[in-house]
Amino acid sequence: MFEKLFSGLRSVLTFLGRGLIDRLWRLGFAARFFLALLLHSGTALRRPQLTLREVYFSGVLSLIIISVSGLFVGMVLGLQGYDTLQRYGSSEALGILVALSLVRELGPVVAGLLFASRAGSAITAEIGLMKATEQISAMEMMAVNPIARVMAPRFWGGVISMPLLAALFSALGVCGGWLVGVVLIGVDDGAFWGQMQATVDFRQDIVNGVIKSVVFGVAVSLIAVFEGFDAPPTAEGVSRATTRTVVTSSLAILALDFVLTAFMFRGI
Amino acid sequence: MNRTIIDLWVGVFVAIGLASLVFLALKVGNLSSSNHGETYTLQARFDNIGGLKVRAPVKSAGVVVGRVRAIEFDPERYVAVVRMDIDQRYPFPKDTIATILTSGLLGEQYVGMKVGGDVDMLKNGDTIKQSQSAVVLEDLIGQFLFSKAAEGTEKK
Repeated sequence: MFEKLFSGLRSVLTFLGRGLIDRLWRLGFAARFFLALLLHSGTALRRPQLTLREVYFSGVLSLIIISVSGLFVGMVLGLQGYDTLQRYGSSEALGILVALSLVRELGPVVAGLLFASRAGSAITAEIGLMKATEQISAMEMMAVNPIARVMAPRFWGGVISMPLLAALFSALGVCGGWLVGVVLIGVDDGAFWGQMQATVDFRQDIVNGVIKSVVFGVAVSLIAVFEGFDAPPTAEGVSRATTRTVVTSSLAILALDFVLTAFMFRGI
Repeated sequence: MNRTIIDLWVGVFVAIGLASLVFLALKVGNLSSSNHGETYTLQARFDNIGGLKVRAPVKSAGVVVGRVRAIEFDPERYVAVVRMDIDQRYPFPKDTIATILTSGLLGEQYVGMKVGGDVDMLKNGDTIKQSQSAVVLEDLIGQFLFSKAAEGTEKK
């Protein structure tokens, strides 16, 4: 009886411990991979053609989804914000509401989430498949460093694209809010822009939003590249790695957003 | 190395991204209107600052002439010390009165400068001698009720 209970408990503990050690192992490996990525970034910078190609794949091809969702998020903010603000007779503050929520939070975060699922998963799948079809090993055989040739350009492509996409998201969101608030509902045009400009601070709000999007860009690109690099070279392994990229980077974006917000907007 | 169609698209993408950044900075933010030019510092003491915040505007005749830089508590006199950055272009006379006002009934609070007629101007680091504290709504309601109660007893 006790014997059975004891062995059951031990197998549970073994399972948990193995999981924990495995996680820590992966975390340390990811940190070492990040360092190697930074060390071998020279090639990506010396041959900008490689990085430009990745900016095209992760940035340019995400333009449509980012602009359309930015516009719609802004329009929804306009509708919802107006509905609440007009109860307090301050519908002129709609511009402030739309601009601040987009520039500070929604722009970087939602653009980051979309970027993770649109571009991050593609990067992981591509690298994982290159590994499964032994292209990575072939490169190593030819004395080409795959981290410098394959990973670093994709990483930097993502880091460059992300802030631009987030800025585009915020800008189009403000336009969407303007479209609904001013053109459709009839909030005063001057009050909309005037109050917005009086409240939104360049250093405090816009620069902090850009910093956030850069941090998210680094996190998403690193996770995507690492998951691809670490994927088991099978069909199932690649599919799992792709899923993990989306899940991990979404969680990382939300957690990092909380930390950054706590640092940036404390009590001001 | 030849130019490719991808370069064109990346160029378009970067241009769109930078354009939205400029749009955010100029149209959404206040980079165009707030000239981070030369400022000088003034300070004023208030018995009560109400809900005044750092970076609140300092206005004279309704025009923004500066911003509140810091709010401190003076432990010797038990008053609030408000430090303000005022635009160098606008000198104020020595007998200016600093008042804490509210925009609208429940809006944000700002420092209003009521200009006096003195010939001497305030210099960098000077303290505004006269100040008027924020109106605290609870005090106002309390006074109003008190005076109403007093009226009631007089009539009887």
